[in-house]
Amino acid sequence: MESLPLLVPLTVFVLAVFVGFEVINKVPSTLHTPLMSGSNAISGITIIGALICSYGPSLGSVSVGLGLLAVIFAMINVVGGYVVTQRMLRMFKEKGPRR
Amino acid sequence: MVPFVLNSDAYGLVGYAYLLAAVLFIVGLKMLSTIKSAPKGNIVSALGMVLAAGATLLLVNLHAEPGQDFTASLLWVFVAAGIGTAAGLGLGLSVQMTGMPQMVALLNGFGGIASLLIACADYLRQTDPTLIESHILTAAGLAVLIGGVTFTGSLVAFSKLQGIVTGSPILFPMQKIVNALMLLACVVMVGMLVANPKQEALLGFVVVLALVLGVLLVIPIGGADMPVVISLLNSYSGLAAAMAGFVLSNMALIITGALVGASGIILTQIMCKAMNRSLANVLFGGVGAAPTGKATSGPAKGIVREFSLEDAAIVLEAARQVVVVPGYGMAVAQAQHSVKELADVLEARGITVKYAIHPVAGRMPGHMNVLLAEASVPYEQLCDLDAINPQFDQTDVALVIGANDVTNPAARHAKDSPIYGMPILDVDKARTVFVVKRSLNPGFAGVDNELYYAPNCGMLFGDAKKVVNGLTNELKDSG
Repeated sequence: MESLPLLVPLTVFVLAVFVGFEVINKVPSTLHTPLMSGSNAISGITIIGALICSYGPSLGSVSVGLGLLAVIFAMINVVGGYVVTQRMLRMFKEKGPRR
Repeated sequence: MVPFVLNSDAYGLVGYAYLLAAVLFIVGLKMLSTIKSAPKGNIVSALGMVLAAGATLLLVNLHAEPGQDFTASLLWVFVAAGIGTAAGLGLGLSVQMTGMPQMVALLNGFGGIASLLIACADYLRQTDPTLIESHILTAAGLAVLIGGVTFTGSLVAFSKLQGIVTGSPILFPMQKIVNALMLLACVVMVGMLVANPKQEALLGFVVVLALVLGVLLVIPIGGADMPVVISLLNSYSGLAAAMAGFVLSNMALIITGALVGASGIILTQIMCKAMNRSLANVLFGGVGAAPTGKATSGPAKGIVREFSLEDAAIVLEAARQVVVVPGYGMAVAQAQHSVKELADVLEARGITVKYAIHPVAGRMPGHMNVLLAEASVPYEQLCDLDAINPQFDQTDVALVIGANDVTNPAARHAKDSPIYGMPILDVDKARTVFVVKRSLNPGFAGVDNELYYAPNCGMLFGDAKKVVNGLTNELKDSG
């Protein structure tokens, strides 16, 4: 992929940090653990980078090997992260009818 | 310079998919702001991930030029993805709620190492590294540095939480100087790599240094400071992903990495504020190492009253409002289900039960909330510091279970105390305080808790689970 001039990705990065601050600040403290595991799962977006690096015509090269290793770790990150987050979120229940 | 160059139409399509994925992530995170919408938010976010990964496969497929055999390559990619999925499912489904801090630490680490590997892989696949632009090389160096530190730092945090290595700080002479020098060396190496892009060894050095640095940075941090460390490593894993995004000029990685980085920083700030300590103090203070002597040799402040279970049950019976204050001790004893059972018995008698949760109770942000939710405690009863403190005056019994420093009134007035200024739960303002604790040993900060000498405080010595079960049985018998 052709690299863009630094300013474009940098702008996106800085703006995204601010969006992150705004959105995350509204998460109640009760949900801080699922927030962490959920954002953890999202950081498994590295799977994209891993796929790009591991998928090439030169099978057997060091770089493809490293890319495949990255695919494994990123997938654990994605799947493990979403699974534990969902397990936790499903536990939070309102008060049921009084016995 | 690059193995394949895209025609702009194809990239455009994938680019839009990435944009949509980023929107889904942001919406998903936004839906985490209420407990009701949170589970759907997580699904929305997962959809974003599926979309982003699918678009990427399409993207790479579009690169396939006639004559190139991508089938074998694709097969390997699916094998790797399958291994990762199986491992992720295995870990995610089997982990106990009490093991969640370790799990989160481990996942942070995996994110970090993935970014490190991507940066290395992308550098190595360039046929002529001298054509790589300086800012891309810098980003690659930073991705390796941050990713490496995140990986080994998280492994150390995992080992501490799992009890594989001691939870108390491990200190050695000149620790800070050694760490600073290593960090400096990393930065210099990255600089040299930018100047001499062909020197592969330089990137290798950064990898090694970053991995060692991650270990050294986390070993001096004590167990009770883990909420800060985990939050910070969470942030690092995001930043590393963003750096990998700069390397690949991939907007999806940059946006998402920035979101996660911001999230981790916010949690870190909240945790530090809840301990009234600066981030530097947590990271480099070595708090909780050896007792400072000053703290333990203080004059005896009065008499400690031990209560029997019968007597405590009688006081509980007469209460109108009981506030439970859980701490790490409850997690260690796995007493959350017993606590819920006790609360049920109390509520059956018309007694109001609430839970007061300090931000740094436990080993990660929100740790107590998750454990109590697992025990089916309704979330309306989980109160944070600001909500519950004004209510302690109207509380008949505060039941402190395995929490210590976060209840020490010395934080309000004793200017010489190491925990002075830390926001605490004002349990001493309740009519009666019962403290369930194994012994009178001071807490993590090595500070004697003056709460235990207060005239309205009674101690219930023993394992949290046994004591709470005992209270439940007493109440059942008398009812």
